[in-house]
Amino acid sequence: MLQIKMGLRLDLSLKRGETMSNTKEMINIKINDKEMKVPKGITILEAAHEAEVKIPTLCHLDLHDLKMVNQTASCRVCMVELIDSKNNRNKLVPSCVTKAVDGMEIRTDTLRAITARRMAVELLLSNHPNECFTCPKNLECELQALAKELGVREIKWEGERMNYPRDLSSDAIVKDANKCIYCRRCETMCNEVQTCGILSGIGRGFDAFVGPAFNIPMVESSCTYCGQCVAVCPTAALTEVNHTDKVWKVLNDPDKHVVVQTAPAIRVAIGELFGMEPGTIVTGQLVASLRRMGFDGVFDTDFGADLTIMEEAKELIYRIENNKTLPMLTSCCPAWVKFIEHQFPELLEVPSTCKSPHIMFGTIVKTYYAEKNNIDPNNIVVVSVMPCIAKKAEAKRPELTKDEGNNVDIVITTRELGEMIKEAGIDFKNLPEEEFDRPLGETTGASVIFGTTGGVIEAAIRTAYEWITGEELKEVEFNQLRGIEGLREGKVKIGDKELTIGIANGLGNARKLLEEIRENKSKYDAIEIMACPGGCIGGGGQPYHHGNDEIVKKRQEAIYREDRRKKLRKSHENPEILRLYKEYLGEPFGEKAHKLLHTHYEARERI
Amino acid sequence: MSKFRTNIMVCGGTGCLASDSEKVFKNLKLILKARGYADEVQVIKTGCFGFCEQGPIVKIEPDNVLYVRVGPKDAKDIIDEHIIKGRTVDRLLYREPDKGKKAHKQEDMPFYKKQLRIALRNCGLVNPEDIYEYIALGGYEALGKVLTTKSQKDVIDIVKKSGLRGRGGGGFPTGLKWEITSKQPGKTKFIICNADEGDPGAFMDRSILEGDPHSVLEAMAIGGYAIGADKGIIYIRAEYPLAIQRLNIALKQAREMGLLGENIFNTDFSFDIDIKYGAGAFVCGEETALINSCEGKRGEPNYKPPYPAEKGYFGHPTCVNNVETFANIPPIILKGPQWFASIGTEKSKGTKVFALAGKINNVGLVEVPMGITLREIIYDIGGGIQGGRKFKAVQTGGPSGGVITEEDLDTPIDYDSLTAIGSMMGSGGMIVMDETDNMVDIAKFYLEFTMDESCGRCTPCRIGTKRLYEMLNKITSGKATMADIDAMKQLCYMIKDGSLCGLGQTAPNPVISTMKHFWNEYLALIKDVDNYQEEGRYIATNKDGTTIRS
Repeated sequence: MLQIKMGLRLDLSLKRGETMSNTKEMINIKINDKEMKVPKGITILEAAHEAEVKIPTLCHLDLHDLKMVNQTASCRVCMVELIDSKNNRNKLVPSCVTKAVDGMEIRTDTLRAITARRMAVELLLSNHPNECFTCPKNLECELQALAKELGVREIKWEGERMNYPRDLSSDAIVKDANKCIYCRRCETMCNEVQTCGILSGIGRGFDAFVGPAFNIPMVESSCTYCGQCVAVCPTAALTEVNHTDKVWKVLNDPDKHVVVQTAPAIRVAIGELFGMEPGTIVTGQLVASLRRMGFDGVFDTDFGADLTIMEEAKELIYRIENNKTLPMLTSCCPAWVKFIEHQFPELLEVPSTCKSPHIMFGTIVKTYYAEKNNIDPNNIVVVSVMPCIAKKAEAKRPELTKDEGNNVDIVITTRELGEMIKEAGIDFKNLPEEEFDRPLGETTGASVIFGTTGGVIEAAIRTAYEWITGEELKEVEFNQLRGIEGLREGKVKIGDKELTIGIANGLGNARKLLEEIRENKSKYDAIEIMACPGGCIGGGGQPYHHGNDEIVKKRQEAIYREDRRKKLRKSHENPEILRLYKEYLGEPFGEKAHKLLHTHYEARERI
Repeated sequence: MSKFRTNIMVCGGTGCLASDSEKVFKNLKLILKARGYADEVQVIKTGCFGFCEQGPIVKIEPDNVLYVRVGPKDAKDIIDEHIIKGRTVDRLLYREPDKGKKAHKQEDMPFYKKQLRIALRNCGLVNPEDIYEYIALGGYEALGKVLTTKSQKDVIDIVKKSGLRGRGGGGFPTGLKWEITSKQPGKTKFIICNADEGDPGAFMDRSILEGDPHSVLEAMAIGGYAIGADKGIIYIRAEYPLAIQRLNIALKQAREMGLLGENIFNTDFSFDIDIKYGAGAFVCGEETALINSCEGKRGEPNYKPPYPAEKGYFGHPTCVNNVETFANIPPIILKGPQWFASIGTEKSKGTKVFALAGKINNVGLVEVPMGITLREIIYDIGGGIQGGRKFKAVQTGGPSGGVITEEDLDTPIDYDSLTAIGSMMGSGGMIVMDETDNMVDIAKFYLEFTMDESCGRCTPCRIGTKRLYEMLNKITSGKATMADIDAMKQLCYMIKDGSLCGLGQTAPNPVISTMKHFWNEYLALIKDVDNYQEEGRYIATNKDGTTIRS
């Protein structure tokens, strides 16, 4: 059973430290008989943590470093009683938003408080489908965990339940309004962090739920499918479209040659689904599992990432040398691509024309690999395992499904793969490590760091540096480009040129950089954008972090560890990549490469 | 008021308009013209007279004769008989229902006798679409006085001393609210008029805005000056088209005369007012929800603090006052705080406007001094219960209030005494119930309203009110058991305790209050009441008429 972990718990010491250094003012409060001094300005919830008192929460979510706070005070699960014996006027307040004030006496354990908290959960359950068994969030659901934690044994209230049809319109996100508990986390994420403005409260009273304006189908909205709403939804009101059945079906089709590729961010996260510590690198077990599941080729999207760097670095150099549109923006992130199409359709010249790494990989499989192994591309199925929900929709984009059929046929998330491994009865944790198949499994450290914010541009710089200067790059780690903050910049000296690099993760931060470009105020030569806070390691398809942003940081550390473990750390040193160009593609950014590895964008409506 | 010898005032409030007063107005004018009296006699469309039950109302000044239930066909008689021949049209005079006594003059009528009109002072008197009429009665004098002779602090002190409390229902001291807002840092501040009146059966604010819009505009400018705001907003529901139309006319006129805009009265003070239309959600009367709606966001409340005075409209300090509160301001400035404070009770000063509705003879709008008893309102002003039936209860405070029974009818009305007897002042809805009303149905009616009007933001209100309503349905359909009643009680208190805003926190009040006062009516509907031994002291009459003693 899921234990609800709060980002708050792990991070409080740091947060408090900051508060204390900024304002020295301390106040006296009392929580359940314990008298204590706390810094002025902290909430009762935070103070209670200091007093080793756990107050349950549901709507509250504080992702400190990812800069997302949901404080709607709407679920009323964190109610505590304020004692005012002088005036005989005790009252209940939500602890998540109520600030502790000097002399406050708080009780979390009165019958009144306990009853109110439990009844809030009982009421939520009285309007929630009783289908835990078959729910995609079974044992990952925060409401379910709360019901257990608060000892709910019966639902006293029988009555009408919400009865909306599920929105299955998109290729990426399923919206099940009946499971919406109206915590508004998704809304905060969509509007305040991602600034997409898709999700908001619909209807009122008992019928209220969160959805796109006028409850239009998701597919008709300007949703980027970044999946961050899914990442923060406490229940299964928002989940990814599940494609595991499709994978099982092709794996069991003798006529199909099924190839799998896994994105860089998978290997540092999937272990969490098997009880391993966040930040554990499980590349070997991952490969072994995929092989046991019956894939005919177990490859690495990192190969596609190296290929992307070859194209993207060349494109950057081309743009710099020919005074073409600068800054150049990366285009690996499909949510980001969709964002710019909807929100800044006048800036479609700015992103690199490179296909994203897994799409490039799919293209190469259905052409080069098919030719080389003499397999009819129509019988090849490419399955991508991605930390991302947007990639599901990306794979269905018509311009990426041309002559050779789909570039990528099926996309599953980290979570879906975890489910499949469990279903297959594979003892993931104890598997002997195995290596990716060759040739498309040969990769470099540059491609591994694609999984984190700052990684794509760092990888591109590693290659661009050597190509521009003709000198060997000795120090490959560009610390000025690293970090987890949403908006960063760093300068990189290449020969006599100094490039100014902008990095944004989270679409709200991307918006800021794009607005600068639109106003001709951008000082950057190149910009990397990833839609998800933290980059792909914090993707919408990753194991749920349940509000603990430390997990995302641990995955990032692991990515950089994995880079250091690699012998080859520059994409253009990947021998299989070089062979691919020599045998098949010709020049990077050349004609054939352009035809196969580049794409175009489309201005879309903003709804 | 004019060069005319006689003024014929026709009520142009929404109620009378609905009973064809527009046609009465037109006919009067046509006939006057035909008879050649158009230069001597003027027909004016005014705001609400309050006596809606007897509408359309026509009043002849300076004769001080009030005609009731005037139809379009009666216009001829009024002109030919009253205006030309000087004979009162007897059949159009008000008759007291029991005694049949005719009342010629307005002040002779029991409905008006005990009223004291401060907020409604100009309603039924002036043409709301003519700023000159307002000015003729001292309009904008208070604003001039304030801007030219008072400091901001003076104004706040006057309002504080007057003891005026918020008329929207909460009863927060207005002067204090102004003071708190004025003391907030920041140059940009806002004053908002809450015209999102939404209690079932209540139309106090609508009548003021329809009948005397300038009084609100003037007061907003005074308030703006006091708190340091140069921008006012009137948040009004789009369902009040007539009030909106008259407000827009009033705003245009006030701007044309320089009473709104730059350098009012040649001072440094500039002030203007915008109108924002609400979609009619009850919850938008809650000030944080109102501000959200003004900002173009979803109309739902925020957690307080921060209060609007600290962080309101687009983050700026904002003061939100109700229409009726504003309407009291100009007289307080002109007549002084002592005058206002001399009216009412110790802690509730001045008057209160109530909308009388339900099973009462004189349905309408009344303004009474605080401290008057409910009995006086219901029997003396309201003329008692329709059809001579027996009084059962009166609900004040709208869906947030509770029922008051016979035994508390002599309570003097003020904020605190109404709370003490389990109801509340509220914004002024007063619904009277008679012996034929079933109180469980009444509770269900109010609960259905709050359930429908819940914004849905917090769990207790969103789901709790729904479950409470379903529970009441179960009771009224005779399927509930005593265990259900216990669960329902628990739910009531949880919704009160746990809801985010006033809507939810008060939603169960009608249920709690009817359970307290009319427990027998609940018991009579309970399935297993015979088996309920726990307290053993209930005597109830079952639906089939049998008596239950347990």
